[in-house]
Order: sequence, then C-alpha cells, then structure tokens
Amino acid sequence: MSVPSDMEAHLRPLMLKALDGDAAAYRALLEELRRHLRAYFALRLAPALAANGDDLVQETLMAIHTRRLTYDRAQPFTAWLHAIARYKLIDHFRRNKLRMTLPLEEDAAIFATDDSEATTARMDVETVLATIPGKPAELIRQTRLEGASVAEAAARLGMTETAAKVSIHRGLKSLAARFGGKADG
Amino acid sequence: MADDLIDHLAADLAPTPPRTLQRRLFGWAVLGVAVSAVLMIAWLGLRPDLMIAIGTMMFWVKFAFTAIFAALGALAALNLARPGGSMMRQAVGVVTLVALTGAAGIVQMLVMGPGEMRTLVFGGTALLCPFYIVALSVPIYAATVWAMRRAAPTNLPLAGFAAGLFAGGAATWVYAFHCTESGMPFITLWYTTGILAAAVLGAIVGRWALRWR
Repeated sequence: MSVPSDMEAHLRPLMLKALDGDAAAYRALLEELRRHLRAYFALRLAPALAANGDDLVQETLMAIHTRRLTYDRAQPFTAWLHAIARYKLIDHFRRNKLRMTLPLEEDAAIFATDDSEATTARMDVETVLATIPGKPAELIRQTRLEGASVAEAAARLGMTETAAKVSIHRGLKSLAARFGGKADG
Repeated sequence: MADDLIDHLAADLAPTPPRTLQRRLFGWAVLGVAVSAVLMIAWLGLRPDLMIAIGTMMFWVKFAFTAIFAALGALAALNLARPGGSMMRQAVGVVTLVALTGAAGIVQMLVMGPGEMRTLVFGGTALLCPFYIVALSVPIYAATVWAMRRAAPTNLPLAGFAAGLFAGGAATWVYAFHCTESGMPFITLWYTTGILAAAVLGAIVGRWALRWR
C-alpha cells in the first residue's frame, strides 16, 4: 500500500474528474477504493466476521456514489473517504450489536492525511510485525495491510492456502499474546 | 461480484457540480420556511400593527437577531451534512449573539428601572412564545432533515441539533412577524429558549431520522 500522502495525490484528482462526469476516472477510482476498503475493513473485523467485509466494501462504495455531493472539492479526499468508511463500520457494529474492542479514534492512521502521523503508525505496525517470524509476518502484512486475499498471498510465498491460514492465525495469536490484545482481534 | 457493482455505479455517474449540496439544502430549507410562514399566518396571524412596527428599531433588532440565529444554524447544518463535520464556529457565534443581546437587555432593564422589569422579561406571552416557536419549526426541520438524509452526516445527534437550530432560528424569524413583544430581555430569554428547545428536540429525532438508508 502506498503511503497516505501518495494516496491523496493519486485519488483526489480521480475524484475531481469523476465529479465532472468522467466515467473512466470514476471506474479507476472505485477500483482503487475497493482495494483500500477491503484492507481497511479486514483490519477491523474479527476473523469470524471477515465474511462481512465484502458487504461492507460494497455498501461503502454505494454510499460514496450516492453521497458524492457531500465531498467538498477544497478538502482532502482521503479524510472524506475515511469518515464514510468509519461511519459504515460503526453502523455495522451497531446493527450487529457488537462491542468494539478498539478505540476507533486511534485507527484513523490508514487514511490520515497527516504524513508524519501515518508514517509513525506504519512504523509501529512494522515494529510489531518484526517481533514474529518472517513468513507469518509477511502473510499478515499482505492480507491485513495490503488487501491481498489469503489465496494470493499463499501463492506468492509458495504455500497452500490452508497452511497460510494457519500461519496467519498463529501469527496473530502470538502478536495478541505479546501485546495484550484480545486473541480474536 | 463487486465488478458488477463498479460497472453499475460507473454507468450511473452523472456530473456533480460544485455546491450541489448547498443548493439542495437551500431549496428544501426555503420550502420549509414557506410552509412555516403559511402556518403562522393561518394559525396565529400577522401582528395587527405590522405597518407601524416596521418603523421601529425593535422590529429590526428582532428581525436581525432571528435571521442571524437562522444563518448560524444553516451553516452548522451544512457542515454537519458532510462526513466528519463540526459546528464549533457556529456554536461560538450563537454564544456571542446571545451574550450581546443579553447585555443589551441588562442595559435596558437598568435604564428603565425596577418598575418595568417584569414587563421587559415576561412581556405578555412568555410561556406561549417558546411553544409557538417549536411548533413553527416542525415543517422547517422536516424539510431540512429530508435534504440531509441524502447527504452524509456521521454525527447524527449533532447533525440533528444543527438542523433543529436552523429550524428554530428560521421559525422564530417567521414568528417575529406575529409577536408584538419588544423587550430586549424578553427576546433574549424566550426566543433563545424556543430555538434551543427546537435544537434539542432536533438532536433527539435526528438520532434515528438521519440514519443512512
């Protein structure tokens, strides 16, 4: 995944063209957003609910479409996008009466526009991932941060999907044990 | 799966000019105010001395006070119709406005002396006034929320509060064409009470009325 300032520089012009009616730019934008949103929701849904991620991605894309008039052209696009994705996530939790285990204010890093803050958050993730063995860490990075599917990540590392799933699960578990989070986070 | 969706959305794309949101909210707000004005004229009636009153300063003070309240509410509602919006500046504006008229009211009471205190503060309609304001704000609130539902408010109670603040302010502007009170303390106290009651009700209703379909 590119760093947020690149995302802003890349996505905002696409959005501005889309608002002027450029369907090709709009399609390119939605495809990019689908990738980013997959990663965004995958990171925030417990594995047991990961199947809802695709629904959330679709609902969010639809909300972006029907509510695009609320994007103020003078403002950062990624901030607008994040606010919508976050609303959809909270709405999903509320509908399913789930308790959030993470303070949501702190997870803005993925779409944040402040370069230094996002870079720091990214470095934190890298630091944390460095504490577990290379293969699980790489799998987690690809599937949870970069939006790849388990099958894609497994193929890239030359392992079976099942083995990759087990490896991701163990990796997350040892991370959870080390940093005191919930095992299902 | 999601490719179909993207095809569908891309095919459905229509140009969205700048200020589309402003125009849409403004259109609905004007409709709401018009309904509220018709309701006021049919139910309460214009003040009988309107033609004389427009020659007095107090009429225009009331006019400006309520118009500024409505404008602050409209800006707040516009901000909060957008994801992640806030109404910090408008809140400061409301506090400043009420502080200024409150100070003017105190000066008026000091100048007129203790004998006039009761009239200045309670006039003849103190208890009815906030009730009428809230009633007249209903069509304006409904129209505003209708427009905001198609926007993207993410803080629903606060967005509802802003819509209620605008509805209350605009309803009071309409009500001022009926109301014959002219005490500065009365205006500050009872108009503000009516507007804030509309805003609080707006926040309560907004929690569910503004949920995204």
